[in-house]
Amino acid sequence: MIEKMENLLEIKNLHATIEGKEILKGINLTVKPGEVHAIMGPNGSGKSTLSNVLVGHPAYTVTDGEVIYKGKNLLELSPEDRSHEGVFLSFQYPVEIAGVSMTNFMRAAINAKLKYKGEPAMSAGDFLKLMREKRALVNLDSKLANRSVNEGFSGGEKKRNEIFQMAMLEPSLSILDETDSGLDIDALRIVAEGVNKLKRPDTSTLVITHYQRLLDYIKPDIVHVLYNGRIVKTAGPELALELEERGYDWIKNENQ
Amino acid sequence: MKKSNNIFKKIADKAYKYGFISNINTEIIDKGLNEDVIRLISSKKNEPEWLLEFRLKAYRYWLTLEMPNWAHLNIPPIDYQAISYYADPLKKKKSNENKEIDPELMKTFDKLGIPLEERLALSNTAVDAVMDSVSVKTTFKEELREKGIIFCSMSEAVQEFPDLVQQYLGSVVNYRDNFFAALNSAVFSDGSFVYIPKGVRCPMELSTYFRINAAQTGQFERTLIVADDDSYVSYLEGCTAPMRDENQLHAAIVEIVVCNNAEVKYSTVQNWYPGDAQGRGGIYNFVTKRGECRGTNSKLSWTQVETGSAITWKYPSCVLRGDNSQGEFYSVALTNNFQQADTGTKMIHLGKNCRSTIISKGISAGQSQNSYRGLVRVAKNADNARNYSQCDSLLLGSRCGAHTFPYMDIHNDSAIIEHEATTSKISEEQLFYCNQRGIDTEEAIGLIVNGYAKEVLNKLPMEFAIEAQKLLSVSLEGSVG
Amino acid sequence: MSNEQEYIELFDSNRALIEEPCAELLNRERAKAYTAFKAMGFPSGKEELYRYTDVRPIFAENYGMNLGRLDVPINPREIFSCDVPNLHTHQEYIVNDTYFSKDGAEALPEGVILGSLNEIATKNPALLEPYYNVLAKGGDGVAMFNTTFAQDGLVLYVSKNSCVERTVQLMNVLRSNVDLLTNRRLLIVLEEGAQASMLLCDHAVEKIKSLSVQVVEVFVGRNARFDLCELEETHGENVRLSQLFVKQEAGSSFNHTTITLTNGLTRNSARVSLEGEGAEVNMYGLAITDKKQHVENNTLVDHVVGRCNSNELYKYILDEESKGVFSGKMLIRKDAQQTNSRQTNRNLCLTKCARMYAQPQLEIYADDVKCGHGSTVGQLDENALFYMQQRGIPADEAKHLLMFAFAGEVIDAIKLDALRERLHILVEKRFRGELNRCKGCSLCK
Repeated sequence: MIEKMENLLEIKNLHATIEGKEILKGINLTVKPGEVHAIMGPNGSGKSTLSNVLVGHPAYTVTDGEVIYKGKNLLELSPEDRSHEGVFLSFQYPVEIAGVSMTNFMRAAINAKLKYKGEPAMSAGDFLKLMREKRALVNLDSKLANRSVNEGFSGGEKKRNEIFQMAMLEPSLSILDETDSGLDIDALRIVAEGVNKLKRPDTSTLVITHYQRLLDYIKPDIVHVLYNGRIVKTAGPELALELEERGYDWIKNENQ
Repeated sequence: MKKSNNIFKKIADKAYKYGFISNINTEIIDKGLNEDVIRLISSKKNEPEWLLEFRLKAYRYWLTLEMPNWAHLNIPPIDYQAISYYADPLKKKKSNENKEIDPELMKTFDKLGIPLEERLALSNTAVDAVMDSVSVKTTFKEELREKGIIFCSMSEAVQEFPDLVQQYLGSVVNYRDNFFAALNSAVFSDGSFVYIPKGVRCPMELSTYFRINAAQTGQFERTLIVADDDSYVSYLEGCTAPMRDENQLHAAIVEIVVCNNAEVKYSTVQNWYPGDAQGRGGIYNFVTKRGECRGTNSKLSWTQVETGSAITWKYPSCVLRGDNSQGEFYSVALTNNFQQADTGTKMIHLGKNCRSTIISKGISAGQSQNSYRGLVRVAKNADNARNYSQCDSLLLGSRCGAHTFPYMDIHNDSAIIEHEATTSKISEEQLFYCNQRGIDTEEAIGLIVNGYAKEVLNKLPMEFAIEAQKLLSVSLEGSVG
Repeated sequence: MSNEQEYIELFDSNRALIEEPCAELLNRERAKAYTAFKAMGFPSGKEELYRYTDVRPIFAENYGMNLGRLDVPINPREIFSCDVPNLHTHQEYIVNDTYFSKDGAEALPEGVILGSLNEIATKNPALLEPYYNVLAKGGDGVAMFNTTFAQDGLVLYVSKNSCVERTVQLMNVLRSNVDLLTNRRLLIVLEEGAQASMLLCDHAVEKIKSLSVQVVEVFVGRNARFDLCELEETHGENVRLSQLFVKQEAGSSFNHTTITLTNGLTRNSARVSLEGEGAEVNMYGLAITDKKQHVENNTLVDHVVGRCNSNELYKYILDEESKGVFSGKMLIRKDAQQTNSRQTNRNLCLTKCARMYAQPQLEIYADDVKCGHGSTVGQLDENALFYMQQRGIPADEAKHLLMFAFAGEVIDAIKLDALRERLHILVEKRFRGELNRCKGCSLCK
């Protein structure tokens, strides 16, 4: 039997700028359903730009190339429609939103998604039940759910809150942007376990990280090195270990 | 509580070290103000007809005005007929040759730390020295002229560059602007004129030193700075006056025009005689300073350290007309004894993408009253305006006042305007900590005040910053005891 | 002829008519105020306090005044009912500027007097003597005008240690078929240890041009506590000039909330004087405006003595061509050591034609104090908007949520639960353009 697998995400020759400065200079990347890809690279190589461009951050301008997601032109969709289509970004720096409670925020998000799919809004009871279930996945304190979005959360709580939202929205493609930054080892484990619990055979993950340590918990199938706006190396999980040992200088030297 | 009251209670005479009087043969015209006096001033300066007309128009308008009373100041009535409007310390030779400089006058400026002989001069600073109504000498004029930079007294500029003067004079501060601007436009005597041509970065600091010496006179100088496209200049201004029991009026105008991509930095260390510990005497400093960023990407930065004057009424402002232009205002205002200050700025956003910053540090001691007053206006078409204002007040003692009166008039939805004001005192703990380390209370206060003002002092050119630091400490001397 | 002169002549020729139904106390103060009004006239737009709201042209309009106290032939209970669910209040009505007698209203706790100003001043002048016009007599021309023409209003008097559990709700209903000037007067006295709360609602029943001049005097005695919430929902033809004077004694607490949802032109002035140590005042304001609405909140917190706290938070959301003004002064007098005072003003301009004028001021004569103010004008946080969009919340919805949160900070300060919840809903609907008035009135359906 021939296994026919369509690509979930296909990035072709992607160029992007911010304030007129070119950051991405021709990215090519293909992700199949179920795969976990790690994107590593030194600071300033364009990792965060890539994740922001994929979710349609207005500060970035795509100047060339295309992104096909589930057979659609992703770049044509509004940020919210990309979300409805199952693209989720766990932000490196989740923003605090004063005065908007987590509950109201999540309800607005869930109901917008249901509306997009033409389904009826969720009842208050069902919604609260869902919140409770998903909260347990990442050990998120129920008190946090009553507070304003990310307001007064510690660094670890913010990241756990990101994974909690990922659980609520059940994305097909999760992008974890430096999710390990600012986390101590225990918090890192909780977050990574959350991500692993949510993993289904048909969902894919892009793990963007500077260090190897997160990859001890979230095992990548493929590791890419992003440098100076291009993917300069692609290999198996062993590449992450090599980078851990040798640093990034040799990559830089190879690509001068 | 009790202790701190004691610390600030004893207000002794402040050590004003510039309070001497120079014995210079000075020609002073009769007191009083009328059209004849204005004609006399104009003729003494051999002015063209248009300038006399300018003065007379301003005078006639001034007659219709009343002194403004909106500031948080208690200004005793001023008898404008009891002031002499022209005092010339330069002796005239018999022939119509150049005036010669009285050696006593040179000594005066030496004593003030402003040597007028170029070989002794501060390194890298050209000085225009103005005493009473007349510019005494301008140094490094020729060196600057080689680069096309004009730096001379206003009287000279009127004679030598009448077109430039006529083009720009009154173009930023109209004679109808306010009471004191009208008065100045009528009677202004001297001041500095600066023109930086296109593409020139002025290689040295330009500075004007203002000195009032004669009694019962006022000083009404007028400064005009034009920075043409892509030019840069840093300009400094210092002022002192003798200690006298009478109040003397200083009503100046400074106008600055900043063209495309040009930058002007204007720094003031204002140390007019502030009056004695009982509030007798001192200068009334009623000044209109304004610059217009006419060109795109132009930048104007005001830095002021105000420690002198009995009463200060002064709002150095930026009109941000060119797109992407920037205005800055950094101020330290210190009042002691019975001084009063109402000072601040106006940032008028007219062009798109303009930014302005206001940092104001007020320090009140003795029985003084110190007010910040500032306006941020964003016009309807001034898209993407950004302003940040921070106004801090430090109170030393419980008999002084510190006030903050900001105005924000915002007419555009893309503006981001932030204003914060705080007030604080020097805590017993801070003083005790310094005492324990062997620093006496007065010195500790000087240290803390300088730390508080650092953000502004850092904006001054280096020699000035050191001078200003000393001045802050000296001005507070006797405010503790 | 200046417009003061018209009112002076109106008063001269109708003095007997005005004074005839009124209590001696009101007429005595009227005479003083009249003299003062003749001398000072209306404030001019050149005066600092009236820089942004020029009242002279307002008074120049041609309004009718009900000086003869003609009965308005309606029962406000029939034409207007408050539609806030579960809001258990003592409901009182002032129709135009006349107190509407509350037949059959429920009993109040002992030691509490609530009713018509004119009636109580007639029956028990000694009770009001120490209070009536004591604070307002130091006011400006508008306050003098009010005292000159005031004929009735409301008194709430809470005697020592008494407590009014239920909020007193006063509905100011405008009802007239001619353009109308009303002149209300409220006097609120809380003796030592007393507690009460009050809700003032301004409603217009008909779309006539109207000018409501209101003076409220509040005395908060030692350790007493008073909450006052004012809600304006009128229409574009209504002008409201309100002046609130508050005197607080030691240990007292006063909370004030002013919410302007729909109006024409409003100028709310509040003068709070903290005259006893340990007094605390919290003032909150919210204005959500569009069209050509004009809302000014002008406050003065006067720290006369030390160890008092004051806190102000005023927020504006300005849409279309509306104009917002916040002018607030904190005055810390010489002996007011250890004052704690904070003032915050936050504004959102939603269009190019909306204008905001902010003037936060500090006037400080004491050194051992903690004082600060902050004022901002800006837009919604773009990062927050994007974050919400990434989670699938459409941009418009995200904006609404953020604006709702922005306004919520003021609404949450309201102590009355039912009202707070109701206001959250009202404000949300206001943002969605679904509603800009209460549904309670039967006339404008």
